[in-house]
Amino acid sequence: MKNLPAAVEMCCLRSATRAAVVPSAAWLVFGLLLVLFLATGSLLIGVRPVALPVALDALFSYDPGLPDHLVIRGYRLPRTLLAILCGAAFGVSGALIQAATRNPLADPGILGVNAGAAFFVTLAVGVLGWRSIEASLWSAFLGAIVVTLMVQALGMVGRIGATPLRLVLAGVALSAVLGGLGSAVTLLDPASFDALRQWSVGSVAGRDMQVVLAVAPFIGAGLVVALAAARPLNAVALGEELARSLGADVLKARILVVIAVTLLAGAATAAAGPIGFVGLMVPHAVRWFVGPDQRWIVVLTMIFSPVLLLAADIAGRIVVRPGEVEAGIVTAFLGAPVLILLARRRKAGGL
Amino acid sequence: MPIAFGRPVVTIRLWGGRVSCHLDLRATSVSAAVLTLCLLVVAVSLMSGAYPASMTEVATALLGRGEEMVMMIVREWRLPRVLLALLFGGALGMSGAIFQSLTRNPLGSPDVIGFAAGSHTGALVVILLLSGGYYETALGALVGGIVTALAVYLLAFRRGVDGFRLIVVGIGVAAMLGAFNAWMIRKADLQVAMSAAVWAAGSLDGLGFEQVMSTVVMLCLAVPPALRLSRPMRQLEMGDDVAMASGVAAGRVRLCLLILGVALTAIVTAAAGPIAFIALAAPQIARRLTRSAGLGLITSALTGALLLVVADWAAQHAFAVHLPVGVMTVSIGGLYFLWLIIREGCK
Repeated sequence: MKNLPAAVEMCCLRSATRAAVVPSAAWLVFGLLLVLFLATGSLLIGVRPVALPVALDALFSYDPGLPDHLVIRGYRLPRTLLAILCGAAFGVSGALIQAATRNPLADPGILGVNAGAAFFVTLAVGVLGWRSIEASLWSAFLGAIVVTLMVQALGMVGRIGATPLRLVLAGVALSAVLGGLGSAVTLLDPASFDALRQWSVGSVAGRDMQVVLAVAPFIGAGLVVALAAARPLNAVALGEELARSLGADVLKARILVVIAVTLLAGAATAAAGPIGFVGLMVPHAVRWFVGPDQRWIVVLTMIFSPVLLLAADIAGRIVVRPGEVEAGIVTAFLGAPVLILLARRRKAGGL
Repeated sequence: MPIAFGRPVVTIRLWGGRVSCHLDLRATSVSAAVLTLCLLVVAVSLMSGAYPASMTEVATALLGRGEEMVMMIVREWRLPRVLLALLFGGALGMSGAIFQSLTRNPLGSPDVIGFAAGSHTGALVVILLLSGGYYETALGALVGGIVTALAVYLLAFRRGVDGFRLIVVGIGVAAMLGAFNAWMIRKADLQVAMSAAVWAAGSLDGLGFEQVMSTVVMLCLAVPPALRLSRPMRQLEMGDDVAMASGVAAGRVRLCLLILGVALTAIVTAAAGPIAFIALAAPQIARRLTRSAGLGLITSALTGALLLVVADWAAQHAFAVHLPVGVMTVSIGGLYFLWLIIREGCK
């Protein structure tokens, strides 16, 4: 479509979205039902299976004396909520970053989120000697935010401003520098190597309600900003100049994207570790189903990313009973074949 | 303002015009400058170490005269390492340029079709499960990388390979293998996992003339065809339709370039482990130095070589501890790359 005149292109975009409205809405309902179904499953399934009525009792008339109630309230409820929150956060930040940079390889980590979080975790353990879960949560969050802002600042230096390409390259370069420094620390210090290899697998298990409550406000705010950014991103998809000539505020769209991605990916990475594949895969898959309208892509990604993460988390509990495989690993093993199948079946749509 | 008449180009004709070529002046001067810098760093590397040698000592040792011990240190220990750094850096830079051109994406590298993830998996299996040594690890990495690249290509193949589909399939396969790698490292014994991490950082330790010879032979097989294909590669950047209209067999050229790109990286990975970031950064740095629109294979290769010799010198001598060179390539290359991006914005 690149060579068509702008007017024709806009027409195509509009008719494509109009034709797709009904199936998109159907996908939305289907996705919500799936989330509900999987969330219930996530409460019930595990080393200690719980019956549905007992689970409902635990939620609505909690009795701390019953072991089943303890398992649900103290362990599975935070885990399920975290999978939903972090899934949505990773997915939506991926969708935004792919749209804003118009790069199919871009994931939430491309602007330095993962590298920043990992580097600060390494420093917290290796240099400062902090070893608690809370310490790595907050250092990861701080690192994610600091480094994302640094990438933005580096990308914006000078008169050209932050073009998508410069942002991506600045993110890659800064991530590489931090990665190099980090691995210099970890290769010399076994304790921080150990901490980092645990952290870098990515999991939603073993976090309590405190963690959920700590990250929920950030993710909630990020999702709202993401919804506001979706509409201007449709114009950005046509290219910088064209978007500007159509009257779209490209700078505002970009700032919204940066705020949303920092909040979402930062908080989710802090809580669950780097499960970046959700953000890479789900937007691609969703785009093939609903077409190029960013509003639908963001909304459906928000629904289907938790589906992937919940399914991965549940599958991880079933596969190697009574042990568990972390959700970060299962996500890739569940998601990648789907992604490959879709890429082969559909006519691959560019960005 | 002077009027710019495009890029300054000199045409060279030899043998009455039977052999002729265009020389881009800026690319040529940048190449010459980078090459000179390379030679300087090589000289410094040959001089520095636990036994510091002077410039004249190094020169006489290289010519095969001088003290026995200096000759041994300079020629047997330091020279092969520096030569390998040059060759490996060049191979990685060229491979990166090929992949970034093929995918028309500045993030493109052999990792895009899963080579890095696959070779990491192969090496991890050998180190962690079979507790193999140097050669077994190299073989495992090679087999893992090539099998993965082949799998990605075949999975993406459907009446030809579309660039975008290749990227998406590559993402998927690399993510699966990456997760598997993280899981294996997580499960392994801490000491073994750390030695695997040292391999994964990439290192030139313990390489000698034997590897120099085999590397030279393999590069002689891979580099000339790559240079021959550099012109059709430029045409492919304009899209398959335009390329085919100008007489390029798009599918065949792309397959050949993919094979050559993977081969160039495989040569390095087998000997030194996955030295990160050069394939990614060198073409972009070269492009900014030559201020050209496309990615030049030769300038990328020279930039890659310079990056790796500098990084290797720094890894050995800049700090109190001896670090794997991969750690330094990402730090030095990344910092320089950042500086270039900032400077580009300030113009």
